[in-house]
Amino acid sequence: MTTPLITIRDATKIYGGGFLKSAPTTVALQNFNLEIAERPATITTIAGESGSGKTTLANVVLGFTGLSSGQILYKGVEVKTMNAQQRMDYRREVQAIFQDPYAVYNPFYRVKHVFDLVINNFKLAKNRQHAAQITEDALNVVGLRGEEVLEKYPHQLSGGQRQRMMVARAFLLKPRLIVADEPVSMVDASLRAMILDLMLKLRDQHNISFLYITHDLSTAYQIGDQIYLLYQGSIAERGNTQGVIEDPKHPYVQLLIDSIPVPDPTIRWGSEGVLTLDDEQMRTSAKSGCRFYPRCPHRMDRCLEKQPPLYAINGNGHEAACYLYEK
Amino acid sequence: MTSEKVISKTVVSQPARGSGAAGRAVVLDVQGLKVYYATPTGDVRAVDGINFQVYQGEIVGLVGESGCGKTTTAMAILRLVQPPGRIVEGKMLLEGVDIATLSDRELRDVRWRSMALIPQGAMNSLNPVMRIKDQLGDAIMAHEREQTRGELKERILNLLTMVGLPSRAYNMYPHELSGGMKQRICIAMAVALNPPLIIADEPTSALDVVVQRVVAQNILEIKERLGVSMIIIGHDMGLMAQLVDRIAVMYAGHLVEMAPVKNVFVEPLHPYTQLLIDSIPSIKERKPLKLTTGITHDLRNPPPGCIFQGRCPHVMDICRQVRPPLKEYRPQQFAACHLYE
Repeated sequence: MTTPLITIRDATKIYGGGFLKSAPTTVALQNFNLEIAERPATITTIAGESGSGKTTLANVVLGFTGLSSGQILYKGVEVKTMNAQQRMDYRREVQAIFQDPYAVYNPFYRVKHVFDLVINNFKLAKNRQHAAQITEDALNVVGLRGEEVLEKYPHQLSGGQRQRMMVARAFLLKPRLIVADEPVSMVDASLRAMILDLMLKLRDQHNISFLYITHDLSTAYQIGDQIYLLYQGSIAERGNTQGVIEDPKHPYVQLLIDSIPVPDPTIRWGSEGVLTLDDEQMRTSAKSGCRFYPRCPHRMDRCLEKQPPLYAINGNGHEAACYLYEK
Repeated sequence: MTSEKVISKTVVSQPARGSGAAGRAVVLDVQGLKVYYATPTGDVRAVDGINFQVYQGEIVGLVGESGCGKTTTAMAILRLVQPPGRIVEGKMLLEGVDIATLSDRELRDVRWRSMALIPQGAMNSLNPVMRIKDQLGDAIMAHEREQTRGELKERILNLLTMVGLPSRAYNMYPHELSGGMKQRICIAMAVALNPPLIIADEPTSALDVVVQRVVAQNILEIKERLGVSMIIIGHDMGLMAQLVDRIAVMYAGHLVEMAPVKNVFVEPLHPYTQLLIDSIPSIKERKPLKLTTGITHDLRNPPPGCIFQGRCPHVMDICRQVRPPLKEYRPQQFAACHLYE
């Protein structure tokens, strides 16, 4: 078996705690495991509500923050123990696209600066001509032309152009993995299709894998290969995207999918299973056992004893962390 | 409010509008509204002549892509357009009173008492150093005469119950509440003075789906109970399908289609509406992404003819010369398109 592109083993991230005196802690990520194969390139979705730990995971993979315990291996080498050259490669091959295409640019520089900066930092070009050439190539991949955008200031570009430029900037570095943190949650419908289509194109034609972080299950369903659903830092369910969304097993995932508004006015949203307010207050109160216990319609006494492990639903890697599926 | 300007709810019977709307009171009647933003290179026509009515007890969804003028329309109705923006022309009759002509003093009376706003990202509009009771109390006291503390407290507690919050929220600070709860405080504030019209700008867009459903259902309950009319601005077509009675679709400052929600989803007429419906990501079937071509024209310099010609798959010669008017092609379903002539 070949070495996976990225492996996350028992990753736990705890925020807070204090140095000298103990302060309250927040467990953002708990015993998280993930593996993305080297090829074929795939789109792996990390989904969950706000506070579920999905952005923490992105920050950890991008190296913005360290883990409290556990390991991240890139091409079989632990990121923490990498030497300078390996670290440089890791930084180049793992790229990011962020949620807000307005906030990532420095408004005082022409957008060309974004490209010049990475070309200089990673010494991608032999000379100016070559630099202009690779910039143009990267822009063409996302459907832009250099003459249209490079000499402009960020405020002169549309939201779609800005977000596509960020994809082009990431592409310029010939990455193997792009961490896309809510890349389409701030853009409107036609643009959303364009960005998602771009992700598919990069996956299929350029062999770039994606870690697609989102709270929007419908876009994940349209483009994703594997899906991980997080609830308060732990995996609630994982598996093939189509399998999980068409037939969710974990009660939380069932509630989540049931809550997506149906774009059909003749079908009414049901109101069963919706949390009442007191349940909302109890969200943080489950200290031991299954974290979904306070809101779960199927809760049993044993759910309070210990956090349920992932149980296999079928042979295809569909797993849910719920005692209902204990064999 | 000066008494001459207050006209009781005008009951209209316009048979042309179809059975559903006939005989219902018009709460808001917008006529030929134009809002432009001045720039050094000419006026940006953010809203360029729109007409629509909101009937009593209905929710109108105002949809369209970013920059199409939906928020500007809402701000104009509340007379909150800030320079360099200005209302160029148009009438906005709220229960018969033209908001466009009111003085600042008269506006103070109308705002909140006759129309309330749930702003975009409303939960961040709460004052972090005031308790919930004081914020709600302030809104009530600023617009009504003095009342005893007991009365005020009872009213606030009733409001909290109405939006499904426990009474302990009364003494809490905003940071002690979750996003969904803060959003419901803003809804409570909007209904506090029982206004006939509430404008909500993306009321659930910052919430995750489970909480969104709770808040959306709360909005529906309140509408049923109070019979209030609402304009809800948004771009999530799925949510619109569940929440609103009629949909108004805006594109580049113009209203391109206005119809009951069922018609919009079953048989959208305008090509732009069709595009919006087609681009809703489904969780029922996996289908290829629908990509669109063409760009929106410069809003400073709209082309002659149809405003959607640059992106329309069915564009004809006439579309480049004559701007199609908004016409009723199906009962209650209005569209601005030459295809149906």
